Amino acid sequence: MSLTSPWFAVFAAAVLIAYYHVPGRVQWKVLLLASMAFYLWAGAAYLAIMLTTALCTWFAAVVMDRRLHSPGAQRSAVKAQNRQLLTVCLVLTFGLLLFCKACLVKPLSAALSGSHISFLTLGLPLGISFYLFQSTGYVMDVYRGTAAAERNFFRYLLFVSWFPQLIQGPISRHGKLSPQLAAPHPYEEKTVALGCQRMLWGYFKKLVIADRLAPAVAVLRETQGNGGAFALLALLYALRLYGDFTGGIDIALGFSEMLGIRLPENFCRPFFAKNTAEYWRRWHITLGEWMKDYIFYPISVSKPFLKLGRISRRRWGSFGKRVPVYAASAVTWFVTGFWHGLTPNFILWGMLNWGIITLSQELAPVYRRFHGRFHLKDQPWYGWFEMVRMFLLMNLVRIIDLFPNVGDYFRGLWSLVLPWEPVRLPLTGLDWWILGLGTAVMLWVSLMQEKGICLRERLWQRPTARRAVNMALFLIILLAGRYGVGYDPASFIYNQF
Amino acid sequence: MEVLREILTGLHPEVDLDRELGLIDHGILDSFDIVTLVAEIDAELDVVIPPEELTPENFNSLAALSALIRKLQ
Repeated sequence: MSLTSPWFAVFAAAVLIAYYHVPGRVQWKVLLLASMAFYLWAGAAYLAIMLTTALCTWFAAVVMDRRLHSPGAQRSAVKAQNRQLLTVCLVLTFGLLLFCKACLVKPLSAALSGSHISFLTLGLPLGISFYLFQSTGYVMDVYRGTAAAERNFFRYLLFVSWFPQLIQGPISRHGKLSPQLAAPHPYEEKTVALGCQRMLWGYFKKLVIADRLAPAVAVLRETQGNGGAFALLALLYALRLYGDFTGGIDIALGFSEMLGIRLPENFCRPFFAKNTAEYWRRWHITLGEWMKDYIFYPISVSKPFLKLGRISRRRWGSFGKRVPVYAASAVTWFVTGFWHGLTPNFILWGMLNWGIITLSQELAPVYRRFHGRFHLKDQPWYGWFEMVRMFLLMNLVRIIDLFPNVGDYFRGLWSLVLPWEPVRLPLTGLDWWILGLGTAVMLWVSLMQEKGICLRERLWQRPTARRAVNMALFLIILLAGRYGVGYDPASFIYNQF
Repeated sequence: MEVLREILTGLHPEVDLDRELGLIDHGILDSFDIVTLVAEIDAELDVVIPPEELTPENFNSLAALSALIRKLQ
């Protein structure tokens, strides 16, 4: 059941009605039942996989917590025992993820083309990456002693399986989400209204903008040797991915908000970033935070990397101090790329991001000298120049997603310096108008937010304007949303990860 | 404390370490700085900071970081 299907609307309405009609102490049980039903809809086999991994991670966390808090236990011995258990747990969960990505994704494409169909043609279990990230993050927190284990398996299961975030995140932390899921939430008009408004905004971005662009992106992707088509692809794919991903996140956050549950923000206007590091602090924030806390930091402060730091410092002085940081960052970006897909283009994507960030760090003194001499940062236009520069650069990096054959990507880059030819897109004049106006609205909203203006609060103070905006959004989605033959509103791009 | 001050000043000479209480919250130290700091502390003070101690509270000020080092020594 996709978040954009009519069935989801019926399902969500039923959950809302049930949630606010049962006593507060059993509200979480309604959410658990709803999450199980949502997952069962995707397939009983997927539900079995999720239940098994949830049981393993829950059990491991409870055992580790008991050992940590057992009176008279030797801390070093407990740590060693827990490390063994953590290792087994991580090997099992990430082994499962690797197996699913390696064996279930490729045969899915074969299945779609009508060839061999077996169990392995099931495709990637719904949301497996997101619930495994959440559950392993929780287990690692318990291992570190920074979180207490949840003793109630069913409450833990709800944290792992909370259905709005199963499609494409965000990745929540147990300490933040679980208490909210368990707490009673009386009906509040403002919470429900603001959540509903955010869902409408998400549907607008997904159905009116992103899905409208899908056929054009597909045509441009297949156009070879035309620099104009490649440049347009980079631009339109940025808009499509942004609309699709942030739209889906808005729907997940909005629905949760309607129930009084606040999920973490996953985006902070990434196209306003002025450098690559800032861009990655604004795009897919919860994945970046997860990678930082559970991969980058542990690797960086591990004994081999600290030893590498001492050796490189002796050999290369000031530059040597930065070598272990760059090495840990390289591992983290490799893993991030590998998670996105087991094809060379995603590895290249990860390493290219790492290369740009590392180069920026190394060139920082040069930038400082340059700006110390020319004072360009004092110019009002310079901030906009930095944003446009970053937007164009990240567009060229982002479209590697679309080229499993890396050679096609480099041929596309090369075509940028060759003569550009016109390209015919499956978009009508009306489509261009809707896209232009829709993008202008998204840009205006982002600009307001960037200035610190909370439009939702302002609208809440003006009930008539709020109702008008909500009604307008609803009608636009209904009339200008993309449905029907040739469109697949059921799928979100990040669902495949 | 003085060694720590030198390390932090080396990373961000523009910051007034006696007044700044939000090195993380105000976006002064990023993840690269934190990891560089951990490596420097390991090399200069022979103190290993484990991953669970890499929290904003421990790195928000010179005083907080000093307290963490004292705890781990």
